[in-house]
Amino acid sequence: MNKDLQINDVSKNTEKLATVKNEDLMPLPADFEEKAWADIPEETKGKYVCILDDVNILQIPIPKTVEEEEELVNKFINGMRKLFTKENNWTFLSMLETTMEHCAKCNTCSDSCHLYEATGGNEMYRPNYRTEIFRRIYKKYVKKEPFSRWRNGDIDLNWRTVARLGEMAYRCNICRRCAQTCPIGADNALVAREIRKIFSQELGITVPELHDKGSMMQLKTGSSTQMNKIVVRDNVEFIDEDFSEEFGYDFKTPWDVEGADILLIHNAGEIMAWPENIAAFSMIFQAAGISWTLSSDLAAYDSINYGVFYDDVQFARTAILQAQAAKKLGVKKIVLGECGHAHKALTVIADRVLPEGLKTPRESCFPLLRDIVMSGKIKFDPERNNFPVTLHDPCNVTRLMGIIKPQREIMHKLCPQFREMHPNGPHNYCCGGGSGYAIMSRNNIPEWRFKVTGRKKLEQILNAFSDSRGPEIPKYVCAPCSNCKGQLRDLFERYQLLEKEKLTYSGVVELIVNAMVDVKPGFIKWGEE
Amino acid sequence: MALLIYSIVYLAIIVFFFFVIRRIVSYLNNPIHVRWELYPVAHEGKRASYGGSYLEDVDWWTKPREKSKIGELKVMIPEILFLKAVWEYNRPLWYVTFPFHFGLYLVVAFIGLLGIGAVAQLAGITIGSGSALSSAVAALTNLFGPLGFILVIGGAIGLIYKRMTDPGLRKYTSAEHFFNLGLFIVTMGSASLTWLLVDPNFHFARTFIANLISFNMELIHSPLFNLQILLAAFTIAYIPITHMSHFFMKYFLYHDIRWGDEPNIGTPETDAKINIVLNYPVSWSASHIAGHGKTTWAEVATFNPVAEPEASTNKEKE
Ligand code: SF4
Ligand code: SF4
Repeated sequence: MNKDLQINDVSKNTEKLATVKNEDLMPLPADFEEKAWADIPEETKGKYVCILDDVNILQIPIPKTVEEEEELVNKFINGMRKLFTKENNWTFLSMLETTMEHCAKCNTCSDSCHLYEATGGNEMYRPNYRTEIFRRIYKKYVKKEPFSRWRNGDIDLNWRTVARLGEMAYRCNICRRCAQTCPIGADNALVAREIRKIFSQELGITVPELHDKGSMMQLKTGSSTQMNKIVVRDNVEFIDEDFSEEFGYDFKTPWDVEGADILLIHNAGEIMAWPENIAAFSMIFQAAGISWTLSSDLAAYDSINYGVFYDDVQFARTAILQAQAAKKLGVKKIVLGECGHAHKALTVIADRVLPEGLKTPRESCFPLLRDIVMSGKIKFDPERNNFPVTLHDPCNVTRLMGIIKPQREIMHKLCPQFREMHPNGPHNYCCGGGSGYAIMSRNNIPEWRFKVTGRKKLEQILNAFSDSRGPEIPKYVCAPCSNCKGQLRDLFERYQLLEKEKLTYSGVVELIVNAMVDVKPGFIKWGEE
Repeated sequence: MALLIYSIVYLAIIVFFFFVIRRIVSYLNNPIHVRWELYPVAHEGKRASYGGSYLEDVDWWTKPREKSKIGELKVMIPEILFLKAVWEYNRPLWYVTFPFHFGLYLVVAFIGLLGIGAVAQLAGITIGSGSALSSAVAALTNLFGPLGFILVIGGAIGLIYKRMTDPGLRKYTSAEHFFNLGLFIVTMGSASLTWLLVDPNFHFARTFIANLISFNMELIHSPLFNLQILLAAFTIAYIPITHMSHFFMKYFLYHDIRWGDEPNIGTPETDAKINIVLNYPVSWSASHIAGHGKTTWAEVATFNPVAEPEASTNKEKE
């Protein structure tokens, strides 16, 4: 059924468009039992359109009347029209138009997609499948190209087409691995994001984790974690005290220091889920004698920018708040902590959004950490890191920013048993949490993240440790990105990798601090040891 | 009759350039877009080999930027000439699409050589006799033309076969794909027949181009030759209207988008462009954008629809 799926099936009155069966899943280098899909809860099914596959991510209210069905279609087409105007979409118009016009439909990009591979070549996951539907709608109903049916293939546009296309935009990690292989330079990942934009920016239909509890929460309270400035400072103070005591290394995280050289922005999720990451940065920066600060301004103590995943306006709002905070403090630069999408959002995409007065330079933490480690200012004992370590490359940092070597130089200096996973660097595979899924645990979404989106990464990790499998040897996946860590945390838990493989994950800074001679040993832990 | 044939060819050339220029101008007229680069970026000097970028340096904005044109050529030449990405990621397709594309390059080179020969002919030099250069032009013309025709025909038949038999490709293939490939087969087929039956040394072809250049509308008395000319004219005019315009638009897709990593530091012209787009009106309808009395991007982006009192922005302290 899934291989035979046709483009026009998207418009048909069927219960589901596709399903991923366990027997079709890409085999893993270990025996893991896969269960059947848990049903989408009745409550969700009663409220939102669930006609794509076994999962529901985008919350499209079920149209109850023919008028509502038509309204959904009309609003979508209106949004698509706006998407192709320079006024409403100057941000991505050039990329979108060229992808619409020049794709040769050669399917060269298909095999590069980890979702397509993980599902055994399920047609719905072919990178070009959703693009082709989108393209046909665009050519026929928006561009109104003469002979469109003949030139581009036909499409029947009804509410099911629109609803399924919207949901399908959330069956892609927007990792852009497919775009990398395209001989023309077309970009199917971009199309997934542009569809998400129509739903958010025109129809007001979003994913709650990204919008209401994500970017809107950040604009409201300062962080998607809901921590306001008082709570965040309290929490970090607690981290300072706790880790200072436990590791015999007295440090204090500076806040709102005017004129500091560096404004460091963490993903605030770290404060809640991985406080050791916050502590590690503070310890390293203090040990290196760096002039730095955190900011307690709105959105400036949380580097996340979920707009990157679905909405240009939300993106711009968040980036501007962060840049305003840097300007207010008068810092020389902003340094992004270990969060991939935040790296790309503020360093690269915001580069042509921030107006002249807000252009405080932005850089990644990895080159700075590399320079600190290599400077000789801190004494290290690499023997403390003498366990197998592999490095996961967050797509946003590597494929989309070209920051490849700094983190590797640190690994080579501090981790005697460092080994690469393959492929790596700009050709890496997404962890499976990319484009927002790492923070979604609603209904059976995690199951999908394990079975489908995270499957390739799991294979890569197991293969990287093929010489040290089993629970006897502690192993470490360095995943220097909050979203990737969220995905790995859940993936490892699902497949019991701590118990079965003594496998843990964390970032680069934890490895650095674990090797610092002035810090008590044992900064990295395997479970509750 | 002669007037009609020559007029059609002139028209085809005009249509070709019109659509090529229109596409390019339309792209260039688009407003500035956000950066959306994809690594490896070929001009990143030594770093390009592993997909690195200038962002690997601390204080990267203070460092001199190494931008290597050679690096770009090292990627572009194998990509254009040999379709490297298809070779790496879609080998079964490469076996048919490479001959097709390479055949087209040979045909373009063949037309170029005919052009050189035509100019020489107008200058009173007979191609194929006399100087070594003239003989070389003749020999290369005689090689590139037929070889190009055969490769294009073979490649196009292979592509049709692939598009019909590969279930994955079939779904994404429209009638236009078959028409385009069919058009190339018919055009190159007529060119091959003309070469075999009427014009073995491309003397007619060279003379026709010389006539075109000198506006001397003299009829070539061969129906097959003229059919071939009309088909070629149609093909030339048709290509830039279709997705095949990727042959020149690829330049922008690579240089402006995939490798468009130019940072906005000390670039007043970029700031000026950003200033323009930030003043564009926004008409998105969702409630977090519309309905707050904000109309431009600058207004919408600096407005916080859920701000709690005292924290709407991070403005400088009074
Ligand atoms: S996006 Fe590129 S690789 Fe994929 S089908 Fe289109 S042209 Fe081929
Ligand atoms: S962006 Fe990544 S997940 Fe999405 S289609 Fe391309 S390769 Fe697959």
